[in-house]
Amino acid sequence: MSFLTPPPDTSGYMIAGYAIAFGVMLLYVISLAVRFRSLQQDLMTLQDLDETKS
Amino acid sequence: MKSKPFTLTILDIVSLILLGISTYLALVFAPTEAVMGQVQRVFYFHVATAWVGMLGFIAAGLTGIAYLRSGNLKWDHIEVAAVEISLVFFFLAIVLGAIWARPVWNTWWTWDPRLTTAAITELIYIAYFMLRQGIEDPERRARFGAVYTLIGAVSVPITFMAIRLFRTIHPVVIGTPSAEAQGGFNMTGDMKTAFFFALFAFTIIFIDLFWNRIRLGELADQVEQLKLKIMR
Repeated sequence: MSFLTPPPDTSGYMIAGYAIAFGVMLLYVISLAVRFRSLQQDLMTLQDLDETKS
Repeated sequence: MKSKPFTLTILDIVSLILLGISTYLALVFAPTEAVMGQVQRVFYFHVATAWVGMLGFIAAGLTGIAYLRSGNLKWDHIEVAAVEISLVFFFLAIVLGAIWARPVWNTWWTWDPRLTTAAITELIYIAYFMLRQGIEDPERRARFGAVYTLIGAVSVPITFMAIRLFRTIHPVVIGTPSAEAQGGFNMTGDMKTAFFFALFAFTIIFIDLFWNRIRLGELADQVEQLKLKIMR
């Protein structure tokens, strides 16, 4: 007979924590990629404009 | 814009691998804590995200000094990058802390000194972006940002020391906890491995994201300069 009580089941909180951590990090990386792509497109358009102007 | 440096691509891959290993150590390798159960595993990412959050805010303060001394706008781009990434990680630390607190303290949030100072720090840096948007002139904006981050950085040691200076229920993992601390635990050897590896992994991830974000700032600056040239 064991006198030790098993730890409470708090796995739902753990799963929620890691899901949020990975979700937020993924969203941030996607936001970096989207902003980078958009700026690259802007740069190309502006370079074309600059060439036609000069 | 120069193509992506090879070292940065390697760093991206290394960061992903380290994140994977850190997750394995936290979720599988480290033993289950006897009193709190599985939720204690949130602690590894909670401390690591808080650490890199604070690291970035301090880095922003230092780049603020560098800008004020040199007047070079490149320091402003670095400062913005540091604050943005730290805001994301510090937000994560606060959310993970609330998730841990729910089963352990029986509440999502309490106005404890550590939680309060952490929330104030996050709000200070959210305000940084809001206030920057109101300034048109890049040099004035950079000067304001430099002074703001320098003053804002004071909130970091206050937040860090809050659990060591005040009566608080927030546990102290390294050092002597206050008598009111709830949810503290002694780390076993395997827990220490997962803990210190998470700190290391998130530091590398921070450096990787920081570098990528600085490149984004440089590209934005290039676009801005070209726009001004065409409009002239």
